[in-house]
Amino acid sequence: MNQLLGFVKKEFTHIFRDGRTMVILFGIPIIQLMLFGYVITTEIKDARIAILDHSNDNVTREIKNKILSSGYFRLDANLLNENEIDPIFKKGNVKEVIIFERNFAQRLEREGEVNIQVIADASDPNTAQMLYNYTNGIVQDYTKKKYAGFTIPVQIKSEVRMLYNENMVGAFMYVPGTMALILMLISAMMTSITIAREKEMGTMEILLVSPLKATHIVLGKVAPYLLLSIIDAIVVVCLGNLVFGVPIRGSIFVLAFLVILYITMALSLGILISTVANSQQVAMFISGFALMLPTILLSGFIFPIENMPYPLQLLSNFMPPRWFIDALKQVMLKGNGFTYIWPNILILSAMTTVFLVLSIKKFRLRLE
Amino acid sequence: MIKVSNLEKSYGNQKALKGISLEVAKGELFGLIGPDGAGKTTLMRILVTLLLPDQGLASLDGLDVVADFRKIRTMVGYMPGRFSLYQDLTVEENLQFFATVFGGTIEENYHLIKDIYVQIEPFKNRLAGKLSGGMKQKLALSCALIHAPKVLILDEPTTGVDAVSRKEFWEMLNNLRHMGITILVSTPYMDEANLCDRVALFQNGSILSIDTPKNITASFSKKLYGVKVETTAQRFECVGLLKELSGIDSVFSFGESIHITTVQQNIDETTVKEYLNQKGHQGISVGKIEPSIEDVFMELMQNEGN
Amino acid sequence: MKEIKSDIGPIIQVKDLVKKFGSFVAVDHLTFEVNKGEIFGFLGANGAGKTTAIRMLCGLLEPTSGALQVAGFDGYHEREAIKRNIGYMSQKFSLYEDLTVYENFRLYAGIYGIPRKERIRKTDELLLKLKLEESRDKLVGGLPLGWKQKLAFSLALFHNPAVVFLDEPSGGVDPLTRRTFWDLIYEVAHQGVTIFVTTHYMDEAEYCNRVAIMSEGKIVALDTPAALKSYYKTDSMDGVFLKIARNKE
Repeated sequence: MNQLLGFVKKEFTHIFRDGRTMVILFGIPIIQLMLFGYVITTEIKDARIAILDHSNDNVTREIKNKILSSGYFRLDANLLNENEIDPIFKKGNVKEVIIFERNFAQRLEREGEVNIQVIADASDPNTAQMLYNYTNGIVQDYTKKKYAGFTIPVQIKSEVRMLYNENMVGAFMYVPGTMALILMLISAMMTSITIAREKEMGTMEILLVSPLKATHIVLGKVAPYLLLSIIDAIVVVCLGNLVFGVPIRGSIFVLAFLVILYITMALSLGILISTVANSQQVAMFISGFALMLPTILLSGFIFPIENMPYPLQLLSNFMPPRWFIDALKQVMLKGNGFTYIWPNILILSAMTTVFLVLSIKKFRLRLE
Repeated sequence: MIKVSNLEKSYGNQKALKGISLEVAKGELFGLIGPDGAGKTTLMRILVTLLLPDQGLASLDGLDVVADFRKIRTMVGYMPGRFSLYQDLTVEENLQFFATVFGGTIEENYHLIKDIYVQIEPFKNRLAGKLSGGMKQKLALSCALIHAPKVLILDEPTTGVDAVSRKEFWEMLNNLRHMGITILVSTPYMDEANLCDRVALFQNGSILSIDTPKNITASFSKKLYGVKVETTAQRFECVGLLKELSGIDSVFSFGESIHITTVQQNIDETTVKEYLNQKGHQGISVGKIEPSIEDVFMELMQNEGN
Repeated sequence: MKEIKSDIGPIIQVKDLVKKFGSFVAVDHLTFEVNKGEIFGFLGANGAGKTTAIRMLCGLLEPTSGALQVAGFDGYHEREAIKRNIGYMSQKFSLYEDLTVYENFRLYAGIYGIPRKERIRKTDELLLKLKLEESRDKLVGGLPLGWKQKLAFSLALFHNPAVVFLDEPSGGVDPLTRRTFWDLIYEVAHQGVTIFVTTHYMDEAEYCNRVAIMSEGKIVALDTPAALKSYYKTDSMDGVFLKIARNKE
């Protein structure tokens, strides 16, 4: 036990003494999040919209009033039919069109469910997403207040259609995606590099000749990065919440469990890489190519998985970040718990086990 | 203490060790002497359980290097060929770390390293990477000793270190031997062989000779003369001239003098001197000399080659 | 092609040469000259500043201050010309192990822009001299250490440099090969090429015409081996080293 503690202490000294490591650990996550944030936080004020109201009853009038009095939107035109939608978007003044279906109030009362269609100009995807979120928020708020005492659930469903950029990148996607990326970077890349460094500097030779066991070396390397990754995760979640308003609707406990599971997976992946990489450069190269690119491209972080060619969709199943980002969104944005994300947890756990077993098996106690 | 029999090791189709056998007694200071690529490092790595032998047996204190590798790792101190401490840790942190790795403390075995460590203690808060070559070696030796190993295995500890530090280092090894520690040390410097109890001369994965330095030099079979010249320019010409003289077996520059061996009885100090005088070289002195380890090494190499 | 200026006097002229890395003074006011055809030994422990000094002499590093001329070219503004007029060989031999002997020659000739005719003539000549004709189509990686050493040396000489820098050319090489190598060095020096060599073997210091000993960035002694030995009243270069170190304390 003392041996392990000594080892962990040594690792922390390495980390704290190396300025570059500290920058990667704490600078990059913050900068990355801020960069995304800079793109996202265009405050919405007086956005011009058009409305096509097929019902024009008291409910649609109330909703319209609520939307237009919010300060976020300004009415540009009342449309009479669908044919007017396209030209008005092409003119470029209007950013969003809201369509109420026929017999709105009637349907709501009889069927308890009614649709509002929101069409947004997604050539500026972030604004479009924002506009939709605001509109949707106002509508939901209206239903909640108006039908607060009702026992039968009443729902106004808003359907969104993004024009001009169907593969719309969701703003809230960035925080979970960034988190997946950062944790992968820190956990996998940093551990693989630090183990490879011992080999490169020749210190591994001495460690191997000592009575230290493989588990000592591996745990000693992993423990500091586990801790630092957790701190990083907390920073990302807090920043996401405070700066960009990304909600944490689910339980903190579930969130913490999920994050720690993902970090453990990334750490074991890092050790696995280090068993094949004999120099820091190789370790960097492998983690860069084998981890970063798939995390960015195949996880659904930037490109929606549903739109990928089938072979890539299949491949994306083997990308741990895919399952993490999905689960993270469910927990943070939808407030789902274990009952919903258990398949993701199961898959991530399985991956972790495989990586761990492989890396401890491949960890050589000799030089050959 | 160390027992090696018929040890073989290949990397691909390159044979690094071609059936090595040697024994090192307890408390002995044993030297592996030979150039790079002779197999010294491979042998040492097998002994410290970092490599597996292809053939043959090797044991330390009766423990097999393959089967009992865990036990060996607790009782052997190892200093690899290049400086292998943490450059970004201080002197004291390095020592502390290696003490805990072996499950001990610095205090426990301080008596072993005291003489060495006091020399670097004034710099204990300096990063190891910022130490001079000689001090690095002292720190590395302290770290290899901190768990009181029975056997110390040092791979070229004096390569690239200045002459003074080299001398000091060998004095330290001598002191450790008196404390009963068995030491196996390798070096490419032939002159350091004389500081060992016994040495093995290594070349191309084989041992040319194993014995005490005295016996090894005594085994030199030919008559050896040293030719001293006055200037550096003269040396090159004289080497060439001597090679042309019949009856001369070998001619080698040796520091300030030229070493020659003869195969014919009719050649001696005077004939050599007269020959060079005749060729226009003055101020030559020739005398019979005792062979050094390097002379023997070269003779053995040449025999091997034939 | 030939840019060597005639009547340049000493081939290497160094005066008050300083190189600092941040606040660390790696080379501290070096002053010395090396004459044409001289074998100049440059000794010192690792970390004494030898490598930094050699890098400046080869035009790889710009000095912080002081004057430096190599083969008549200035160490600040004519570093490219210096590089063209020197040869360099390091302990690692810098050969391409996956090319054949002949291909290595061709590559070097190409780097220095040597015309085809001259290249072929010189390659044949060198192969003959080194007794490597039979191995001309063998991969360098498979050659014995001594052969590689000789080959690396010939390559460093291939473009007829005025000075050749040998950075620990014989570290870890067996005693026989070391000696054959020094015979080769002598031969080349005899033809007028200046040799600047670093070594850890004290007996090799004896082979040099003059020796400079570096310690902590400074030259602490510079003279012929014989003069150094008589000055320090000892009979070997090893003794000179020990005396110098003791005087320092």
